[in-house]
Amino acid sequence: MCSTCGCGQDDDVKIARPGQELSVEAVAHDHDNPHHHDHQHHHHGHSHDHGNRVIELERDILHHNDLHAAQNRGYFDALQITTFNLVSSPGSGKTTFLERCLNDLKTEMDFYVIEGDQQTMQDANRIDALQVPVVQVNTGKGCHLDGGMVTDAVKELDPKKGGVMMIENVGNLVCPAMFDLGEDFRIVIISTTEGDDKPLKYPDMFHGSQICIINKIDLIPYLDFDVERTKEYAKKVNPDLIFFEVSATKGDGMEDFYQWLRSNKKS
Amino acid sequence: MHEMSIALGIVRIAEDEVAKAGARKVNSIDLDIGTLSGIELDSLEFVWPVAVKETVLEGATKNINIIQGKGYCMDCAIEFDMQNFADICPTCHALLKEIRQGKEMRVKALEVE
Ligand SMILES: Nc1nc2c(ncn2[C@@H]2O[C@H](COP(=O)(O)OP(=O)(O)O)[C@@H](O)[C@H]2O)c(=O)[nH]1
Ligand SMILES: [Mg+2]
Ligand SMILES: [Zn+2]
Ligand SMILES: [Zn+2]
Ligand SMILES: [Zn+2]
Ligand SMILES: [Zn+2]
Repeated sequence: MCSTCGCGQDDDVKIARPGQELSVEAVAHDHDNPHHHDHQHHHHGHSHDHGNRVIELERDILHHNDLHAAQNRGYFDALQITTFNLVSSPGSGKTTFLERCLNDLKTEMDFYVIEGDQQTMQDANRIDALQVPVVQVNTGKGCHLDGGMVTDAVKELDPKKGGVMMIENVGNLVCPAMFDLGEDFRIVIISTTEGDDKPLKYPDMFHGSQICIINKIDLIPYLDFDVERTKEYAKKVNPDLIFFEVSATKGDGMEDFYQWLRSNKKS
Repeated sequence: MHEMSIALGIVRIAEDEVAKAGARKVNSIDLDIGTLSGIELDSLEFVWPVAVKETVLEGATKNINIIQGKGYCMDCAIEFDMQNFADICPTCHALLKEIRQGKEMRVKALEVE
């Protein structure tokens, strides 16, 4: 589940700063600490003569992830850090959107970036070029970030009070939907080069997000993409979604998002 | 495929509970999985044998209780079945709905020995 809890699948998760070798192993989050979660489960000892017992649990399967998410959320709240989890299909423009935000706002706010990707350091290098603190998490075979990876990455970043934490998730509209990272807002990005029925095809992701960014609006004249229809579909899944229509490359529409960010930041 | 993470999450819970109970292994495990949980049951079946290999769950019987997604329309005061989050009130087509059930994904019980 998380990078350092000893679950086999995560053997190849790596966390690194730009310029560091990718072989750097994830810093261990403190799993030597008492970690058994003894809340309210009852051991009902059915004393069958063959010695079998039934343990009634009602335990959430993602319990462990959710503990990390809660830990992250507490940390972000204490430091008044506003945190975003950016999700989309590959190529919708997550990194470009981040670059645009950082360029325009980095003198106004302290940004920190966690880049999730299965293999490469490319996105972290793009952020590093803007002189914003960034950590790359390579998930290897894993197709999403989880709460534990964010715990590790945040330790590495050591963010200051009042900052803004941007987490770019692995490009994929299915798997990251289930994993709470402890963010304040999840942003789902869809671009005009994709089908406008994406909200219906990936309802879990749109259901769990608070903000929907429609990117690459500069291409609308050349495409069949219907912005209003996309919004209609998305609202069927989640009527509370807040929409922004932008071109991350040209900058159109970004100011609306910045205004929203200024008035919704924690500090 | 996030079902591997899901399966490993189940294994972790089982390992913890078996250790706590001083038991040796799990004979059967009961899971509650909602149709809106995002878990693909076919995918879970597919990864299960790999995930439980050499763990306390190897050889355990897995019972899955599927919980049907249900929404509630506040305007019509009716409950309706949901296959996914895009499903809205069949009567008035209002977008606003309360999800009553179907997001569950939990280990309900374990029989250990
Ligand atoms: N025309 C256009 N292209 C864009 C826009 N935003 C991103 N792109 C391009 O889309 C491609 C993928 O962008 P990237 O930010 O790497 O996507 P990510 O995989 O979601 O991080 C790049 O070639 C970008 O230049 C936009 O607003 N308009
Ligand atoms: Mg990217
Ligand atoms: Zn742990
Ligand atoms: Zn952990
Ligand atoms: Zn996946
Ligand atoms: Zn209704």
